[in-house]
Parts: sequence; structure tokens; C-alpha cells
Amino acid sequence: MPDLSINFAGIKSPNPFWLASAPPTNSGYQVMKAFDAGWGGAVWKTLGVPVVNVSSRYGGVNYRDKRLVGFNNIELISDRPLADNLREIEEVKKRFPNHAVIASLMVQSRQEWHDIVRQSQDAGADGFELNFGCPHGMCERGMGSAVGQEPKVLQMIVEWVMEVAQKPVIVKLTPNISDITEPAMAARRGGADAISLINTIQSIVGVDLDKFAPYPIVDGKGTNGGYCGPAVKPIALNMVKNCAQHPDVRLPISGIGGIENWRDAVEHILLGASSVQVCTAAMHFGFGIIREMTSGLEQYMVEKGFQTIDQMVGKALPNVLHWEDLNMKYKVTANIHEDKCIGCQLCYTACEDGAHQAIKLNAGTRVPEIIEENCVGCNLCSLVCPVENCITMEQTDSGTQHLTWKERTEAGDIPVEFNDEKAGGRHHWVPEPAAALGKERHKTLPGKARVYAGETEVPADA
Amino acid sequence: MAEFSTPTTEQEFQLNFAQLKPHMNRTEALYESSRCLFCFDAPCIKACPSGIDIPQFIRQINSGNDTGAARTIYEANYFGNACGKVCPTEVLCEGACVYNLQDVKPIEIGRLQSYATTKVIESGKKLFGPGEANGKSVAVIGAGPSGISAACELRALGYVVDVFEAKAQPSGLTVYGVAPYKITNEETLAEMDYLQAQFGYNVHFNSLINSREELIQLEEKYDAIFLGIGLGKTNELGLAGEDKINCTGAVEFIAELRQHHHEVAVGRKVIVLGGGNTAMDAASESSRLGAENVILAYRRGKEEMGAYEFEYDLAKGVGVQGLFNVAPVEIMGNGYVSGVKFIRTETKDGKVSEVAGSEFVEPCDMVIKATGQAKQTNFLSLIPGLKTDSKGRIVADAHTGQTTNPKYFASGDAWNGGAEVVNAAAEAKLTARGIHAYLSK
Repeated sequence: MPDLSINFAGIKSPNPFWLASAPPTNSGYQVMKAFDAGWGGAVWKTLGVPVVNVSSRYGGVNYRDKRLVGFNNIELISDRPLADNLREIEEVKKRFPNHAVIASLMVQSRQEWHDIVRQSQDAGADGFELNFGCPHGMCERGMGSAVGQEPKVLQMIVEWVMEVAQKPVIVKLTPNISDITEPAMAARRGGADAISLINTIQSIVGVDLDKFAPYPIVDGKGTNGGYCGPAVKPIALNMVKNCAQHPDVRLPISGIGGIENWRDAVEHILLGASSVQVCTAAMHFGFGIIREMTSGLEQYMVEKGFQTIDQMVGKALPNVLHWEDLNMKYKVTANIHEDKCIGCQLCYTACEDGAHQAIKLNAGTRVPEIIEENCVGCNLCSLVCPVENCITMEQTDSGTQHLTWKERTEAGDIPVEFNDEKAGGRHHWVPEPAAALGKERHKTLPGKARVYAGETEVPADA
Repeated sequence: MAEFSTPTTEQEFQLNFAQLKPHMNRTEALYESSRCLFCFDAPCIKACPSGIDIPQFIRQINSGNDTGAARTIYEANYFGNACGKVCPTEVLCEGACVYNLQDVKPIEIGRLQSYATTKVIESGKKLFGPGEANGKSVAVIGAGPSGISAACELRALGYVVDVFEAKAQPSGLTVYGVAPYKITNEETLAEMDYLQAQFGYNVHFNSLINSREELIQLEEKYDAIFLGIGLGKTNELGLAGEDKINCTGAVEFIAELRQHHHEVAVGRKVIVLGGGNTAMDAASESSRLGAENVILAYRRGKEEMGAYEFEYDLAKGVGVQGLFNVAPVEIMGNGYVSGVKFIRTETKDGKVSEVAGSEFVEPCDMVIKATGQAKQTNFLSLIPGLKTDSKGRIVADAHTGQTTNPKYFASGDAWNGGAEVVNAAAEAKLTARGIHAYLSK
């Protein structure tokens, strides 16, 4: 059996799945319930001077029939007195000594930072997470992402914390910044033990078309909130990778952003995270999702032969290159497996209108055909195809040649003028502009047009 | 034992005749519309005789534009709500859905369609209106799917339209001939009310046109005459004993049922003669009315029945039993039906022949003949110069619906010989355009 336990910058937990600092970790009741369900750790809802919240706090992004593919909130840090939170932290630690309880903190002055770190330590917290990420409300008061966006301020506060911290310190980073590695390096300079990312992204998740107000609506008005949920995973993965690959960061990473099943967690881990944090999925489906996450992770580790989480961390990083280092000699071409094709022709229209006009329709069949010489191997058709493995991208180069943009640049073999002969699309066929007009006249006319065109037919023999 | 107990109240009737395609709520419509792939050159459009832009209206439902969805539907088919419920979608749009090729349940297009149209009908939102008056007028004979569709389209083109209907209600077989579990009278008539409110044509009910004199009056008063007369009574079989009490035609039986529900009496053991969709309906309905035994007797083999497979499955599902390769010889009984004398048949090289000496009597107390409807040849003979083909169907131009008497135009069952509501609705739109072209010359 693989070992799911981790030691994250000195914080031990029975598995890498932590609840992120958020509403699910607002109370000892919730954290105990989560640990009971199987979660390995919890980052407590951020402690500080308690806030007052507004009513109507969350907004959702639904895609077709799927609810909450994106989620945002305008809730602030804990609104409960510090003493209550600390007492509950102590109680949770007593009951679950081997689980990770991390105190998320956000205060202003050096004295406040010292006080709250000491008090959390005394309550038994296994570590700290400095909330330099919250992009709404708190940042207007000079905290949260306002700190995360100023590497010098960030570093200074980390230094204050390190003056008294006897437990590992994690700095939580905001993605609302151009280069995530800058605050990450500042955290390292300040002496932090680890980083966690990403916090939420500044967002407006939607606008009420009748009330002309952004969601979530508070008395007819709204404000920008923090975006999270499945939709942000790609952004999080890229930032985790950036920090993991940067030679001057070199800190353990707790991956956060769009994790709702074992697969998402493994992706974060393969790109360099050594623990993962979850919020939206727990808010959507409850703590019970942990069973699928641990069992899926375990199964994956068994199949891949990983004994420990550490063996997986950053496993995909060597394969994440700069664009200029990709092999330009590699070539794939789309292949439609006719026996699987159901004839929806989405690949045709996608390639025709959205890519390179490399798919054609033939009379008498609904199965489209790839025009191999036009196919640039962009994947679009295989992405829109609704049938699994119906369109595959097959390698068509010999596999023996390797040439990168960087190498071409160094060899002086790149286009440099506007009408350069070396342009990649120079000899790629594109149809004449006017050929577009009437191109799809063969399409079945819908009712009204059909009547006008006199195409309605009387059944020959009903 | 009967599958259903005899309904004695309207509530019991509704239970026995529960809608096959019940209304969707917003959530179900959202989920179902989300599954649509938005195929390029979608096969469902191609399979729809009225060419409704199905992926478009499904996308409109999905994005919360139910009104726009209804407009898309009605632009192609004025019987949009009825068709969503009564169309044989299994062999039309839904049968063409590409999901079938993946053994995935096709999109429930019919129910989505009715979802959008029902919403707009209930709201009474105005989507269409009459066109600018052009000073011309058209008489429409028959307020069935073709007549009403033609009336709508002609009004949109600016004609004054008077519809003459022999019966007391509009929509033709939609309210008099379709099985009650496919659509209710209320929703059928609600769509008719909605259309009339939108377009403002006049309907004269209980106004049978059946003499040359009446036709002359119409010819003098109107610029063109649209024939949406449908078909007539159930064909006579020419069998001995056909006049016995409780031997009835399917069309007449179903019309009674649609109007009087549980008040219609059915036999304890019913034999339905025929193998078409109407036979399946009549058999299913007999069973749902509480008949203990319902036998569907057809002169050829099971596979040769004209009915759609799903219609036979529906009948089987309510306990109807098939009796194949038998031809009725005589309706037995003394005043009342007591049985049917059959002779066994065999089919060789596509030809049915009787097996000598194989007669037998199947007892029953009711016979329903679902052996096709007669053409309205007597009426059609009143129109000078109007030709019919060897099967009694009106001969008309395939693109304009103009008959061999240039003032008369046709659509629907009287032209196509008997098809679905959707065919009549599509043809009538075409013919209305044909009338417009003719009168605009």
C-alpha cells in the first residue's frame, strides 16, 4: 500500500489533502467533522481582528447544466473572536494530534503579528499560513493581496513573523499579480518555510440582467470578489509550476486552485505541490468528497508504482519547457476513426471556421474527412469531438529530427521581415476569401427558409 | 386480467391515459438542452418535415431565451406545440439524432419543443401578427392542421381568411383523432386559441361545405380556396355483419373517446382490425378503457405492419395481443357483435392468399375497424376540373399546392393520402406561399 502521509516543511499530516482557509474551516465543529471524514489537515479560517460581513456573499458561474464551475465570494476573514477560535484549535488538536491544523493569519502591525503568532502557537497550531492573498475587502484596508502585491512589504511582514514563530510558516500568495515568482522569492528572502498558492482571483462572476448589478448582490449593489472553483485550476497549475521551476524560490508548495478530485490533486503534485488545499469542492459537495480523493490517489500511486507522495512531486516539471525549446519537427495529424464517428460534424465546422480548413465533407456520408496536407495538428477537432477516441492525433513525422525555435534563432533561420519567405504559413494553403460565400449552401435549410426556397416536399406515398 | 380498470371518473381517465410526453420543467429543459451537441447541418432538421431549426431552438432554451425558442419553432411550424407532443419523433427528429449512433439516448426534442411553445402559449406573448392587408381574401375549407396553418401563413401575408369547419372545434385530428395520451384537448385548443389571437383569421364552426352551390358562393366571394379537408370515414370492409352493434370504425371510436373520455364504453373483449398506427392507437385505447382482452388482428405478418415499431411496443405494453396472418371473413353476432370469423392467410412473394378451410371464430363483444379512411371523393367531384389520382388523392403542384382547378389549392391528408400533423403543417405553409404567388401575378 502506498504511503499517503506527508511532511510538508515540517508539518505532518496523514494525507496531502488539506481544507483551505475558508468557510469550511470556520469552526472547530467543521474541522473535526472534516478530520473525521478523512481530511489530512485544515488551514483555519483566517484569524485576525474579527470582521463584520455582509449578507449575500457568494456568486456562482454555471456552465450549461453544470453548477459552480466557477465560484466567488466577498466574505472576509473570521468574524469570530480570536479566543473562541484558539480554544477550538486546541480542542481539535487534542482530539486529532496527528492531523495538521494550520492557523491562517492576517493582521497589520508588527505587534499584532507577534501576538497572534504566539497565541496560535500556544493553542497548538502546527504551522501558520500568512494570508497575503485575499483580493477583496481586506486589501482595501492594506492587508491580504495588498501585501502579496508588494514584495518588499511581504518580506518585511514575513520577517516580523519569523522573529517569534517556532512552527513552520507558509506564505499564501495572490495570483493578482503579473509574476507570481516575485512575491514567492520575497517570501523566501523573509525566511518563510513554504508557500501556498493560489489565493482567489479578483472577479465579477456575472451580472444580473434585470437588476443591472454584479453577483453576489447586496441590496441592489455588488463588488468584485475572489474567484475560485474548477475554472481556476489551469491558472493555479501554471503558477505552481512557475514557482516550482524558479531556481530562486526553492520552497515547498501547497497547491490550491480548482481541486475537486484526485486527478486535480495529482496534477498539482506533478507540477511541484507537496500538499494540496481544497475549498470550493467541499463547499459544493461536502467533506465526503475526500473518500474519492484518497482512494483515487492511492489507486494512481499503486498503478504508477509510487510509494510516497514525495516521489511524485514535480514529476512533470522536466517536461514543462519554454515555448522556444519545443521540437518544431514534431508533427501530428488528425485521424477520424470512421467506425466511431456519429456524424455530428462538429470537427468539420470547428476546423472550417475556427482553424485551418483541413476537414471536408463528402456527399453521401456524414463522416468528415481530414485533408492531411492542410492539417497543422492543432488538436481542435479532437477536442470538440463528443465521442471518446474517435479523433486521434497521430504522429506523422519520422521522430528522428529535433529543431527548436531557439536553435533556429541561433542559426539565423527565422522570419524577420513582414513578408518573410520563412513565415510558417507561407506555403500553407488557405482558401480564397470569396470562396467562403455560399460555401455551406448544401446545409439543410431550416423551416422558414425552406418554404421560401420551395424545398418542402410532399411525401410521395404516405 | 385487464391491465387497467375501467375509468369511471375524469381523474381515473387521466391516470389511465397519462401523457407519454409530459411537460418538462425548467430544470429538466436545462439538463436536456445541455446535452445537445449543436451538430453542423443537423440531421434532426433534415428529418423534420417542417424543417424546424432544432439545434437553434435548443440552444435558445439553454441560454434562457424560451420565447426566442418558441419563435424559431413557430416560424417553421404553426402546430409547434402539437407536433412536439404528437409527432412520431422516434422516427423523425429524435430518430435522426446522432446520439443514436453511439447508443446514447437521443435528445428529447419533442418535449423540449413543447416546453418552449407551452411557455409562450401560457404567457400569451405576441410573436406574430397579420401582415399589411392586401385587399384579397382566401377561403379555407377545414380547420385541421393544414387549414389552420394555411390560415396563419395567409394572414401573415395580408389576406383576409375565413375558415369553414364542419365540426365544432379546430385542429382536426389533433383533437379528434390523436390518442389522448399523446396530447390533451386543453393543450390542443390552447394552441389554436393562441394562433387565432396572433393572426386573426375567422373560423366558422359547424359549417360543412358539401354542395356545388356553397362552393360557387365561395368561388365568387374569395380569390382562392384552400382545401384542407383531410380524409373521410373509416373504409367499409364489405364484410357480412359489418352493421352489427359494437362494430365501429377506429376514426369514429377515437373521435368519441377524445370528446367524451371515460363516458365511452368499450367491450370486454375487443378485436381491432388493422396493422397501422391508428390500429395501434385504438387497441391501446381499448385496453386503457378497461377492456379485459384486446386482440390486434392483421392479415399479414408482424413485420409487415405499417405501424411504427414503437407504436406496436406501446400497444403491447398495455397488454394488447397480436393475431397475425388472419383475414376477417364475417362479423358474427345476433344484433350485437359476438365474434369475428377469420381465415388464416399466408404471404408468398409479397402476395397474401387465404388458406382454404382454415376458418375459425374468435369471440369478442366489440370490433374496431382500423382499416384506413376513405377519400372525400364525392366532395371533390363537386369542384370542376379538379383531378385526383388512382388512390383518390388530390393532384396538385408539388411546390405550390395548386390543383388542376387553378383557384383551388390543397395540403394535408387529402393531398398526401394521410400523413402526420407535421406534414400537413409544412405543406400548408408551402401552399399558402403558392396561393400568394398565384394571386400576386
